[in-house]
Amino acid sequence: MCGVCGCSGGGAKREHAHGHEHDHGHEHDRDHAGAHGREHGHGRPHDHDHGPGHDHGRGRDRDDDQGPPRAAAVPVPGREARVVRLEREVLEKNDRLAERGRGWFAGRGVFALNLMGSPGAGKTALIERTIREAGGRPEVVVIEGDQETSRDAERVRAAGGRVVQINTGAGCHLDAAMVLSALPGLDPPPGSLLVIENVGNLVCPALFDLGEGARAVVCSVAEGDDKPLKYPHMFRRADAIVLSKVDLLPYVPFDRALFFARAREVNPRARLLEVSATRGDGVGAWLSWLREALPGRVSPP
Amino acid sequence: MHELAITEQIVEAVSARCGEGERVTRVVLEIGKLAAVVPDALRFCFDACAQGTPLEGARLEIVETPGVARCGACGGQVLLDRPFGHCGCGSSDLEWLSGEELRIREMEVI
Repeated sequence: MCGVCGCSGGGAKREHAHGHEHDHGHEHDRDHAGAHGREHGHGRPHDHDHGPGHDHGRGRDRDDDQGPPRAAAVPVPGREARVVRLEREVLEKNDRLAERGRGWFAGRGVFALNLMGSPGAGKTALIERTIREAGGRPEVVVIEGDQETSRDAERVRAAGGRVVQINTGAGCHLDAAMVLSALPGLDPPPGSLLVIENVGNLVCPALFDLGEGARAVVCSVAEGDDKPLKYPHMFRRADAIVLSKVDLLPYVPFDRALFFARAREVNPRARLLEVSATRGDGVGAWLSWLREALPGRVSPP
Repeated sequence: MHELAITEQIVEAVSARCGEGERVTRVVLEIGKLAAVVPDALRFCFDACAQGTPLEGARLEIVETPGVARCGACGGQVLLDRPFGHCGCGSSDLEWLSGEELRIREMEVI
């Protein structure tokens, strides 16, 4: 495809008369916007405003561009390969948007929690329980991230929480732009706790900063006690590691002490918690951890 | 497969630095051993993401940096090939010095 105008002509690569390499043999001349429309089938109007860095070969009049393409025998000044040092973080754009969100949360006094874990780990159940137990102190608002459906949003709403559902389609994680786009609709009030339930996945969400104030990873006893070592990136970057569904401990082969030892090995700093969202075990400690993190420090009722 | 999203960010960032009519012939990335990104998966995604952009046909070079940590107990250096481990002295109190890099170092354009 032509790197200049985007048209997809066929034919062998050849050097253009005015100095850029082309896959096909049309000319870029002063009058070519119209010519493109007829001869190359461009679907949209465009012009070729050649910016800086595009050298048209000294000593060659642009009007020379009329006529058949030239062979690329003569090196064209300005066409030498040049190396551009970038030294840029790959995720710079996401990180920048995440910082924007973080500033917005700080300015409004909202505490954002990035809640991660496998599908079925019990993230939504924990959110439901958190909303009910918190009783409005703090108000809990939720961003739900799933590939498809709004089932989790409906659950959160039924539990009394305001919620915005984001469907990522094929996407395996939320990113900062998605979170920012959800904020105007959600409008989290000052002093609230914003829980961002990430897409169920122990791998990809670890890399994407959402602007959160803290990260928690939820892992259920049914998943096995080896998960911190198997998915160390996720567990390493968490501020809290929450073992969930502890009411099922009598029924599954799960070594609780070994799980927490492995969690410590990967992440010596995280707060270690255990809950049963259905029975209520450990929910008080979980809420205390959240309230400690809240900007306005909401005291328990 | 977060490598797809990451490759899209690379293509977007590099394209934005291209002058009008320029083509990218080479992109050099630095990926740390502990960065949670699989270089082969990036290579797999790169050609697909580059199609129809100034990066189409560009060569992708990946420089892998080792995971190095300093032991908080004895001060020794530890080489890590996964994001956790122990120092020879037995401590797991490790401060990472390198290995989390995920950078676009340079690009070659023509």
